[in-house]
Amino acid sequence: MRDDRRLSVWSRLVGRIEIRWRGSNSRGRLSPWLWLLPAFAFVSVFLIYPVIATVRLSFMNAHSTAYVGFDNYKYIFTNRITQDVLLNNVLWILLFTLLVLGLGLLFAILTGRVRYEAVAKAVIFIPMAISFVAASVIWRFMYSYKPAGFDQVGLVNEIATKVGLQPTAWLVEQAVPYTNQTLPSPFHTNNVAIILVGVWMWTGFAMVVLSAGLKGLSTEVLEAARVDGASEWQVVRRIILPMLAPTIAVVATTLVIQALKIFDIVWVMTSGNFDTDVIATMMYKQMFNYQDFGKAGALAVILLLAIIPIMFITIRRVRVQGGGG
Amino acid sequence: MNAATAEVSGMRATFLRILVRLRRLFSRLPLHFVLIAIALLWMTPTIGLLVSSFRPATEVSSTGWWNAFQTPFRFTLDNYSTVISQNGMGRSFLNSLIITIPGTVIPILVASFAGFAFAWMKFPGRNLLFIFLVALIVVPIQATLIPVLRFLADAKLVGTFPGIWLAHTAYGLPFAIFLLTSFFGSLPKELLESAYLDGASNMRVFFRLVLPLSVPAIASLAIFQFLWVWNDLLVALVYLQTPSKAPMTLTISNLVSSFGTQWQLLTAAAFISMILPLIVFFALQRYFVEGITAGAVKG
Repeated sequence: MRDDRRLSVWSRLVGRIEIRWRGSNSRGRLSPWLWLLPAFAFVSVFLIYPVIATVRLSFMNAHSTAYVGFDNYKYIFTNRITQDVLLNNVLWILLFTLLVLGLGLLFAILTGRVRYEAVAKAVIFIPMAISFVAASVIWRFMYSYKPAGFDQVGLVNEIATKVGLQPTAWLVEQAVPYTNQTLPSPFHTNNVAIILVGVWMWTGFAMVVLSAGLKGLSTEVLEAARVDGASEWQVVRRIILPMLAPTIAVVATTLVIQALKIFDIVWVMTSGNFDTDVIATMMYKQMFNYQDFGKAGALAVILLLAIIPIMFITIRRVRVQGGGG
Repeated sequence: MNAATAEVSGMRATFLRILVRLRRLFSRLPLHFVLIAIALLWMTPTIGLLVSSFRPATEVSSTGWWNAFQTPFRFTLDNYSTVISQNGMGRSFLNSLIITIPGTVIPILVASFAGFAFAWMKFPGRNLLFIFLVALIVVPIQATLIPVLRFLADAKLVGTFPGIWLAHTAYGLPFAIFLLTSFFGSLPKELLESAYLDGASNMRVFFRLVLPLSVPAIASLAIFQFLWVWNDLLVALVYLQTPSKAPMTLTISNLVSSFGTQWQLLTAAAFISMILPLIVFFALQRYFVEGITAGAVKG
């Protein structure tokens, strides 16, 4: 992280893609296809055909023996349990994306103003290196619960009891902490507790990308505003945020995709129990626990349909900036 | 102006400079305070894991890890020897390596062939094909699980290492091709043209010129793909199924279901799985950050 301007790979993805098509030197007509063949063989067998087959499965019954029309989709959108699953993903998208973006931006601005920037960033980026599984073990431990009166071994409940509150089973509890009020699904305490694990992991990603974006901003504009007496808050709101908007959009896109596909954290933290299931964990259960390939397929297609708009944004970015004719 | 007044004004200037610096330090104290608090907050969960993995079972289950720093110190390596020999983490570490090394090398090789064609050869439909491939980056793995599982079952590859190598290769390709194509395309045209003029074949240009010149991009890509496969749970969970071939993520996930509160074991197991990513992070920080951030969008 010593030199963020070296994020050349990322910046290529963000917007400065310069694929200059060249090659007057093709050797024969067959040659390019031979070079492409292995890649297309892999992609066809493991990505293209399976996606088409999954769409087909989603219109069939559990054992894929007969077509059932839209029944699987109807079930998913009308059944209470699967409705909650979809809502949980909505909460993931909202809370995860907003928190990661907000904290990432804050940390990017703050770390950019001190001399120990590299160290501070490294500390926040480290969770990005480890697996969701390891992170989930770390946070299951942080959230671990013992009844009041016992020594807590989880840090969160230790702090809660130290300040005079009751210990809480964070991964089970659905009511708002320290009240008996339960908000409608998906606004449950355990959902939020799990989403925070994702926030802990991904904030470093947002921070690094946004920080690289910040360094690309013209210091003259910022200095001019400060000289003119703008407060730091005004500088951030009126200058940094609008100028960073394209970078923020890219980061947000990435985070929304991650929130949609999230599987490992929920799987290890709760196995989807206590109403914490998301699309991906429910799909796994439909596949292996209920052996219902129709509903599993439909859930996968819903995930795909939610991501397709984002796919088009990606394509447009490559088209517009790639310069290919 | 005599010497004495000059000295006084010099002292005043020094004094003022120190004052300015002190003022600056004080006005920035809240910033430092907030940053250090954030850094501590971010590190504490991992430190808790590390400390607990070295504490005896009785201690871990009865007192919080923050008590470990009081005398008498009781630390042990038993948790590590237990998870490695009895809970299969030793075998799983090997499995993770066996899965990850081919799962990194094969996709990069296949992608660099394709990237070379996309960047340096002319053929009909090139742009359309490339855009189609790039779009596949965001296809969620979930949308491929059932048919791929059936295909692997028909090919008798479920629960085998080659099966999971093939799957990881395919899933890694779209992003790898995208990244390598843009890097190959930015290589100096004159260099390649002069090689062709000298009569070099495509093969020769590719292996002798393009690949060696692309080491930085390949390094970032390799780190990204390595970590992606190393940290993967879903692909292993669905296609590997055999416990004796499980990578560490799968073994830990199973340990969590069977020993949910035996923290001394879970923390040691989790830390073993983190060692390699952490080493890569500290040794190759720049490539690491490049690779991870560039690939974050991948499905």
